[in-house]
Amino acid sequence: MSDKQLKQTPLFDLYQHNGAKKIIDYGGWALPVHFSSIIDEHHAVRQKAGLFDVSHMGEIRIEGEAAEKLVNLLMTNDITSLEINQARYTAMCYQNGGTVDDLLVYKLAEQTFLLVVNAANIDKDLDWIKAHHMDGVTITNLSEHIAQLAVQGPEAVNILQKLTDVRLADIKPFRFVQNVQLADVTDVLVSRTGYTGEDGFELYVSHDQAQALWQALLQADDRLQPCGLGARDTLRFEAKLALYGQELSPSISPFEAGIGFTVKIDKSSDFIGRAALMKEKQNQPTRKLVGLEIIDKGIPRHGYKVFSSSNQEIGFITSGTHSPSIQKQLGLALVQAEYGKLGTEVQVQIRSRLVDAVIVETPFYKRK
Amino acid sequence: MTNTQLRFTKKHEWVLPLDEERARIGITDHAQQELGDIVFVENAELNQQVTAHDSLGVIESVKAASEFYAPLSGEVVAINEQLEDEPERINDDPYQEGWLVEIAYTNPQELEALLTEADYQAFLSEEE
Repeated sequence: MSDKQLKQTPLFDLYQHNGAKKIIDYGGWALPVHFSSIIDEHHAVRQKAGLFDVSHMGEIRIEGEAAEKLVNLLMTNDITSLEINQARYTAMCYQNGGTVDDLLVYKLAEQTFLLVVNAANIDKDLDWIKAHHMDGVTITNLSEHIAQLAVQGPEAVNILQKLTDVRLADIKPFRFVQNVQLADVTDVLVSRTGYTGEDGFELYVSHDQAQALWQALLQADDRLQPCGLGARDTLRFEAKLALYGQELSPSISPFEAGIGFTVKIDKSSDFIGRAALMKEKQNQPTRKLVGLEIIDKGIPRHGYKVFSSSNQEIGFITSGTHSPSIQKQLGLALVQAEYGKLGTEVQVQIRSRLVDAVIVETPFYKRK
Repeated sequence: MTNTQLRFTKKHEWVLPLDEERARIGITDHAQQELGDIVFVENAELNQQVTAHDSLGVIESVKAASEFYAPLSGEVVAINEQLEDEPERINDDPYQEGWLVEIAYTNPQELEALLTEADYQAFLSEEE
């Protein structure tokens, strides 16, 4: 195994013990693809609950008198309406409307925000944020100090409840509680958020307590199954949750990627990318993220070309797989907007063949 | 799996000679474990002429697509049609029900050059 130079999360030493089958290089991190099997873990999260190590994610704290002003300038979403202990999903854009990153902003206190960013973008985001530094703001990279575990699935709330007296059912989606004690682990930020399309929680904890929390969770309930990157990807894919580097990039805007709801053009103060995004919204984006289903045979994969029924190239697959919940070969594709209507027949180039597909409704999976 | 007839490639295919001109091909247990849940097989075509080391087809897991290769030159004379509806047979039983193709081989020397099971096991432990 060539993971010598790869970064390890504080849970790395426990992967083997929990039966991790395959450790891969994911953006410079040594992370498990699966413990039992991707399909098995996927169903566990849809039906019961799964436990994910997502400690590779980055955490950046912005605090000070001008913290809200800076965060609101950087983010496309409106940060000023956040209450303390509320989180919001947002894009961070370049002047031209391309996407720097997609992230969660946690309002910890009146003048303190925690940004949870994609692992591969930590350095890029820090550079971008610091380039817009304001007086009265301190920017701190806490990524090396904070670990993150995700407990996801319909039973997540019941399982996690075994470790605490805090009434978890009372935490609404995109709300969180700070300084929670879970078993013997202290100062956990418990957030009702996730990346699977199921109910669940994301737990932020100090690095040195991460192993204890992982073990306490698995010991609390044997319905909780450790899950790897593979299931994380199939779960978020079915729920049409964007993955930076696939659905989003510096050359893909939030409108194109189908997260236009994170762009508040009319918010009270200016933000980076506003002019370009406003223009894009007025003229209607030229490309659109759509779902497609292969009606012939084959599996669409990231980067495969998409053609119209008259063999014109119209876009590309951003993500695709055999969907474990829907049991079909499905893809997300960024295509010219005029081909985005439901029922439109298209073709996907799979190796040397053009394979028939049809535009279908997204998200592919919706929680009941 | 202990069949003294069985031969292996460094690309993790197995080869079972059925008689002096015909051999059955599949992927090894190690290969199916590496791939994880197999959900689709794009198999070779019947009567296809192949040269050793040519791509024979593609096995797709949830995560990725990976090619498998012809260990021997010759003609594809049978394909495992069961895999069309049940590709997971490769995971469940890679050496029996999960076979991929049969080749009528033209160069027996290619067969002799393949790895024995002991060689293959040694190769695997070096790889790790």
